[in-house]
Amino acid sequence: MNNQKVLLKVDDLKQYFPIKGGFFGRTVNHVKAVDDISFEVYEGETLSIVGESGCGKSTTGRAVLRLDEPTDGKVEFDGTNILELNKKEMNKFRKDMQIIFQDPYASINPRHTVRQILTEAMEIQNAVPKHERNDRVKELMETVGLGAHQIDRHPHEFSGGQRQRIGIARALSVDPKLIIADEAVSALDVSIQAQVINLLKKLQREFKLTYLFISHDLGVVRHISDRIIVMYLGKVVEIADKKSLFTNNMHPYTKALLSAIPSTDLEAKKERITLKGDVPSPIDPPEGCRFHTRCPFATDICRTKVPELRNTEGMKDGHRAACHHMEAIRSGEHQPTVNA
Amino acid sequence: MTGAPNPSYDNILEIKNLQTSFFTKDLEVKAVDGVSFNIPKGKVLGVVGESGSGKSITSLSILRLIEEPGKIKGGEILFKGENLLDKSEAQMRKIRGNEISMIFQEPMTSLNPTFTVGQQISESFRIHEGLGKKEAKKKSIEMLKLVGIPSPEKRINQYPFELSGGMRQRVMIAIALACNPDLLIADEPTTALDVTIQAQILDLMKELQEKLDMGILLITHDLGVVAETCDYVAVMYCGKVVEFTDKKTLFTEPKHPYTVGLMQSVPQHDQDVDGDLAVIRGSVPSPADMPQGCRFAPRCPFATDLCRNKLPDLETDEEGNQIRCWIYSDEWDGDPEVNVHEQSKSTS
Repeated sequence: MNNQKVLLKVDDLKQYFPIKGGFFGRTVNHVKAVDDISFEVYEGETLSIVGESGCGKSTTGRAVLRLDEPTDGKVEFDGTNILELNKKEMNKFRKDMQIIFQDPYASINPRHTVRQILTEAMEIQNAVPKHERNDRVKELMETVGLGAHQIDRHPHEFSGGQRQRIGIARALSVDPKLIIADEAVSALDVSIQAQVINLLKKLQREFKLTYLFISHDLGVVRHISDRIIVMYLGKVVEIADKKSLFTNNMHPYTKALLSAIPSTDLEAKKERITLKGDVPSPIDPPEGCRFHTRCPFATDICRTKVPELRNTEGMKDGHRAACHHMEAIRSGEHQPTVNA
Repeated sequence: MTGAPNPSYDNILEIKNLQTSFFTKDLEVKAVDGVSFNIPKGKVLGVVGESGSGKSITSLSILRLIEEPGKIKGGEILFKGENLLDKSEAQMRKIRGNEISMIFQEPMTSLNPTFTVGQQISESFRIHEGLGKKEAKKKSIEMLKLVGIPSPEKRINQYPFELSGGMRQRVMIAIALACNPDLLIADEPTTALDVTIQAQILDLMKELQEKLDMGILLITHDLGVVAETCDYVAVMYCGKVVEFTDKKTLFTEPKHPYTVGLMQSVPQHDQDVDGDLAVIRGSVPSPADMPQGCRFAPRCPFATDLCRNKLPDLETDEEGNQIRCWIYSDEWDGDPEVNVHEQSKSTS
């Protein structure tokens, strides 16, 4: 894994959204949606970001594309820090980085035909010579499993799954290297979801695409990913290859998250770790480890000191977790203080 | 509570051949097309299906909440042995929220944003039990405590926007359970919630169900939720029940090709899948051109001419499990050795 080429490198990324208030509409506080996260995406892999609502996974995706201007940090794409680029230079890079959104109906123009939708990006990027664009659109339609005869239809004439295929085709139209899929299959019915997941995997093999796959569905993530990042309240709590994350997870939050998913395996004896309470507000996140307010293992150090992402004995290379007590929890030395 | 002595009944709810349609200028959309199932007293029935399968319309029909241009065309809905379709609107109003309650997917849109939580819970006590203001408030606090909301005395004066999603759903459950219903209809109650919160709410529902001994009709698309909470499961497709079994049979020996396809197409967090996911090819047919035979035939890998031309009946076997599929009938004209668990893995 480590000798692979790094396509995207995110360093100390921060995304704070100001909260305006008071008499003069001054900034009174910030929502710390993403607070100092770093990770790398290797060429040709699928890296997933999972977490619950408000953990900052979508914000991370948007910040990487500069759809929201990040507060601080570095985003290196293919060796260039794209946060330093001006608008014109950035537009060149946009050709290589595309995004697929959750709701295909909200993200494609309902008044355009599929042909217009798919040519627009090629026009803007000047990616394909004009006379070849028509053929390219037909080719794209077939690539994503739609018929070339549907080319002049409007989005409303398609079903949800087909619309998501249009969204995928649009992302592919400029021949990108990296695709960020933000809950791309979450709104689809399960039988359609499987079709779209298979399509994404096929496209990755064919076009050597790199995916940053943002999702809350750990079943889908287990199927599609090579590596996985777990986020909680704007921080990365664990990053690991797929196998380690599902079978050798270290962070108490990862464990709780996995144990909370209802399983269809009736035989499996599960010990559910029920977390108390809700995710705290990202405006005023807890001091120290952000998970300590809900963590059954929390002690004094967790309340004061921010844990670093680190690797320890028994963890594979590249597997890191941010917990003060992970060794002691694993050995059984440190037992839950509050039994939920 | 209705006054009249109830005839004895084993099932809290029995639906027989329910038909609910929506009418447009030149089209009748049969959203619920001859649905039948029972919920035994104190049991949880899960209704599973994809969008457009008619699961939500079935639940709205039970409460007679179908609005124009929709209409309940026929069938029977026996609640405690009495047909709800024969009740007057005034009688229905007494039943809703009192003997049958409902919770919805999105707690923010089903709570009134301009009233406090306390006012909204008290409302049911005051309407259905005729309690005074003070008494209703006291009982509301008790309900909030029951559903696990910390410091209920404070929460009772808060508005829905001041609560998190999980808290709001707890408030919805408190309102629904306020009058001790015999039947709770929960339409995707945890779909909008995060998994850790979903786990809390499911645990709470199970706990309260046992404590209060009520029947639950749980509508969901999540097979994991079914596996953890239900006793019986009805799988719906295009307005019809295609399979009805106890939970264990459903997960160990699903019979209908649609059920099998559903199970295989959902990637699980605790299992690896080699290669591509199994898919159900195509998509749900449009109501305007519903197949004349089995509704699932155009997507079914085993479909024969019989399936395409003639609609199978819902047959009951000796264990009480029901299946609507020609493969299990004497008339089956396809491969007699067919194994529904081996489906194709094509991507298109």
